[in-house]
Amino acid sequence: MEKKVQTADLSAVDQLIEIVSKFTSRISMILPDDVTAKLRELAAEETNPMAKMIYETMERNQQVAAELKRPSCQDTGLIQMFCHVGAHFPYIDELSSALQEAVARSTREAPLRHNTVETFNEKNTGTNTGTKSPWIYWDLVPNSDELKLDVYMAGGGCSLPGQGKTLMPGEGYEGVAKFVLDVMTSYGLNACPPLLVGIGIGTSIDSAAYMSKLALMRPIGSNNENPLAAQFEKDVQAAIDSIGLGPQGLAGKRSVMGVHVENSARHPSVISVAVNVGCWSHRRGTILIKPDLSYELLTSKGATL
Amino acid sequence: MKKVLQTPVSAEDLKDIKIGDVIFLSGHIVTCRDVAHRRLIEYGRELPVDLHGGAIFHAGPIVRKIEGTDDKYEMISVGPTTSMRMEKFEYDFIQQTGVKVIVGKGGMGPKTEAGCKEFGAIHCVFPAGNAVIAAVTVQEIESQHWMDLGMPETLWVCRIEEFGPLIVSIDAEGNNLFENNKVIFNERKEEALAELNQKVRFIK
Repeated sequence: MEKKVQTADLSAVDQLIEIVSKFTSRISMILPDDVTAKLRELAAEETNPMAKMIYETMERNQQVAAELKRPSCQDTGLIQMFCHVGAHFPYIDELSSALQEAVARSTREAPLRHNTVETFNEKNTGTNTGTKSPWIYWDLVPNSDELKLDVYMAGGGCSLPGQGKTLMPGEGYEGVAKFVLDVMTSYGLNACPPLLVGIGIGTSIDSAAYMSKLALMRPIGSNNENPLAAQFEKDVQAAIDSIGLGPQGLAGKRSVMGVHVENSARHPSVISVAVNVGCWSHRRGTILIKPDLSYELLTSKGATL
Repeated sequence: MKKVLQTPVSAEDLKDIKIGDVIFLSGHIVTCRDVAHRRLIEYGRELPVDLHGGAIFHAGPIVRKIEGTDDKYEMISVGPTTSMRMEKFEYDFIQQTGVKVIVGKGGMGPKTEAGCKEFGAIHCVFPAGNAVIAAVTVQEIESQHWMDLGMPETLWVCRIEEFGPLIVSIDAEGNNLFENNKVIFNERKEEALAELNQKVRFIK
């Protein structure tokens, strides 16, 4: 017997596209609650006059961007998404193409900067969509009919410090710490501090790299579940803060908005570490979309699209 | 008092400006980044804009076509990109173009220092990520060139009014704020690491 594949209601798919598109545009204009709160906290305790001036400029920029409804930073990134989709989410079949279309729509409407350049052909597609762009990580959630979506605008500046290294266990976590701090005082300086630092620790370089990015999706101030790793987060944060990079790397009281570690078990012969950083204008947001297409903006309390 | 530089800028204008000063710029600035530098320096193509006494902005903006026009654009959002990417080209760029003010993000290195000192130019940081503050100081995009490079890399010629704040990171004597800071940061890093190493001995 011929198997019938039921296609979803087109207008509902369009509604899904519209929600993700509007959400993406919003992220380009308004920082999530946790980032806004952390920046205010850092600004309040700053004593260096240059650093204070820079924090005031940031605050003013975010106000004007929200008023004028414009992307607060011109580099709206190559869009990445972490898609935690319920196995029973009714639009799972259409989701991949819907997310692509949402990015293209947001690019026209926000408008976002055209940041998708096809490699080798070296042509800008002009739509922010292209080969594997937006870049999407898929996570299938059993026994769920909802979609939890993280949308992240990783700009070029904060993507540049991204690096990883597979160490020999003899180098230990001391080697991990040195690797992270070296990135901070070299590339980190130019990546728009105060940074959110994501560290992935595991076996191979690909898993470490993935976890270092995943760490940037966590709310600022959250801790690793493992108490030892949580202490490592605090210790590394204190160490980077003691360098006093300040906003824009022009010196100040602190250096970072937070340090987040994500980890996996490792092969006894290797320990891989990777670092990804988010700039002060950390434009990532999380939205929860229900099967009836009602939604909640988890990173912007009470906000609607 | 607000220090406002006006383009065209002369060597004389730059002589009292020191690293760490905060200034503003009025007149014209042209967005100019990776591929434009490469075309001039590596491929020997002449820039379509005269930069003598002028200013460039290491930036790739978001612009929008003004409805009802063929080739007029408005500036939506513009902020600096990492200047260090242009370090490799900047000495030759300053020499060949006569540019006086380079605005970008983060520090630049010895080649730019040498270029600033030898030919009388400065590098400034526009606090990055503050792209709407920058955009609203653009009165008009007067022209655009090399549009084949796409929106971020096109040379957008902007008329600006009190564009800033600009933090002087390399002055016309070749002093370098970021390099000075780096020495301090690296000292502190070594101290921090020594302390951190005692706390991370998980492999025993």
